[in-house]
Amino acid sequence: MPQLVSIRDLRVAFSGVPVLRGVDINLHKGEALGLVGESGSGKSVTWLAALGLLPRHAKVTGSVRLEGREILGAPATELDHVRGGRIAMIFQDPASALNPVLTIRRQLCEALALHRDLQGNAVKAEARRLLDLVGIPDAGRRLEAYPHEFSGGQVQRIMIAMALAGNPDLLIADEPTTALDATIQAQILELLSTVRREMSMAMVLISHDLGVVAENCDRVAVMYAGRIVEQAPSNQLFADPVHPYAQGLIGALPPLDGPRRRLTAIPGTVPDPAHMPDGCAFAPRCALAAEPCGLAAPSLAPIANDRTVACIRAEASRRALLGIAAE
Amino acid sequence: MGRYFAIRIGRAALTIILVVTFAFVVLRLSGDPALMILGPEAPPEVLAAFRKAWGLDDPIWFQYLDYFGAIAKGELGRSMRDGRPAIELVLERIPATLALTLPAFAFKVALGIPAGIYAALHRGSGIDRAVMMTAVAGFTVPSFVLALLLVLVFAVQLGWLPSGGQDSWRHAILPIATLSLGGAAVLARFTRSAMLEVLGQPYIRTASAKGVPWRKVVTSHALPNAAIPTITILGFMVGTLIAGAVVVESVFAWPGVGRLLVVAVANRDLAVVQCILLLVAMTMVTSNLIVDFLYGFLDPRLRTKGAHA
Repeated sequence: MPQLVSIRDLRVAFSGVPVLRGVDINLHKGEALGLVGESGSGKSVTWLAALGLLPRHAKVTGSVRLEGREILGAPATELDHVRGGRIAMIFQDPASALNPVLTIRRQLCEALALHRDLQGNAVKAEARRLLDLVGIPDAGRRLEAYPHEFSGGQVQRIMIAMALAGNPDLLIADEPTTALDATIQAQILELLSTVRREMSMAMVLISHDLGVVAENCDRVAVMYAGRIVEQAPSNQLFADPVHPYAQGLIGALPPLDGPRRRLTAIPGTVPDPAHMPDGCAFAPRCALAAEPCGLAAPSLAPIANDRTVACIRAEASRRALLGIAAE
Repeated sequence: MGRYFAIRIGRAALTIILVVTFAFVVLRLSGDPALMILGPEAPPEVLAAFRKAWGLDDPIWFQYLDYFGAIAKGELGRSMRDGRPAIELVLERIPATLALTLPAFAFKVALGIPAGIYAALHRGSGIDRAVMMTAVAGFTVPSFVLALLLVLVFAVQLGWLPSGGQDSWRHAILPIATLSLGGAAVLARFTRSAMLEVLGQPYIRTASAKGVPWRKVVTSHALPNAAIPTITILGFMVGTLIAGAVVVESVFAWPGVGRLLVVAVANRDLAVVQCILLLVAMTMVTSNLIVDFLYGFLDPRLRTKGAHA
């Protein structure tokens, strides 16, 4: 598959404190990538930085290429074309993500006018079609309503309609269901995967919910303290995680079948971004950490076809998981 | 919506009654108009006759009921000084006051709001800091100090402008400048913080994320939201148009409502003071009602809440 987005060594610092410490991501056309990790690991920052949506005091370096074209630091007019037109983004808290004083029609049609060559009645007809598509009943009348007149799930549907308005090649869904009820969550995820299929659009699903990612993504990247620590096809990552942190995350999930077992928590806490350990950021919490782990931060290295992991103890870790005693 | 306004109009009427009552009681407890107007050397029988003529001997509750009875008939009393109707005295001063406060209001808005928006959009820049320092100076310096400072510079030192009086348009420049600077400072600070609050909201990021150019994000997404809190302070400023220049009129010897109020209070010219306070309360309350109405217009969330209430 041809490559859509390629992020290289993306780094972000907020007033001198590094929060993103060299992120590499490749995304193919039509692919669904899950990005998981604890809050503060840099999942959202990665994409906000890529689209130039971080506040001005954030220092961003590295490279973000969209079909080979550098968009990091691109002029505003070019970025405005990319945002919404090529890469759209939806956010965690739908209730505050829509402008409270503008009607849904104004906000939807604004996106349509920016990215689509539509005029007059065609704009409104398209807005109505989009609301229909995302499952808002009585779309024609509801266009004139304000955001506070919708429920949280409906507002997220409207956000999705707005994101689809520009026919983007990639949709970044930043914790799209975190603020919603469990039943609504499932509906929104269902909707996302339907529209993705219909529009053959790529998607990045940012979530701290491993189950959500496992079900909806082809490939998963696990982030920890501003870096990607492991990256693999979903089924492989969940069946056979290699990085001790990924193992920890999956070990903390209760199994649906099989014997009941005690859930294992990862000991310790995420390091403070202002005082990162010298070597591997996970080493202080890692059961398998050895002396070299504290010396240099490991880089992502391939361990199998389409799998990379940033851990010098990968082999030991894998053996530990399989229950083979390390020699 | 109708109920929303019925409640507010009721509350407004209550506010006016309370203000007038308070003024009525305080004025009668704080000094004897007979002594103030006729002087302490006046013979006791003259003082007694004066008190009797103006009904000052009656019990206070009787005077109070009498006063409200008169208001109901549209009678606002006469000045104890020259016997003319109080309302006439006040109304003839209003044009002079508006000649200062209306241009000052326009300058406040024209200076304060753009300065606040600019400072918010360039937060942390040199210009932001300069605007905010000027703003803090502008509203911490009392208006009489600012007035005297302006007189010192432009009237005494440079000799460009007159220091007081009402003979030509040049006489109005310093009073208007004094009123404008303080108000513009308050407005700049208020607009800036309203803008900063709005610019930090997730919907601003949403607008950017869908590719809206920054200029349009500011004009069509941020400004309509920032207008809501800014309207409050603007309403307050409209409310002070009639009597917001008491100090400035006194410093510049400008014969407006403010100076009339100062003189009338000093003389315990009860009817005149009450008449001015009634007028002030009414403008304040009216501008607050307009603000409430504008809230409903600017913020759809209030509109539906009102409808459901």
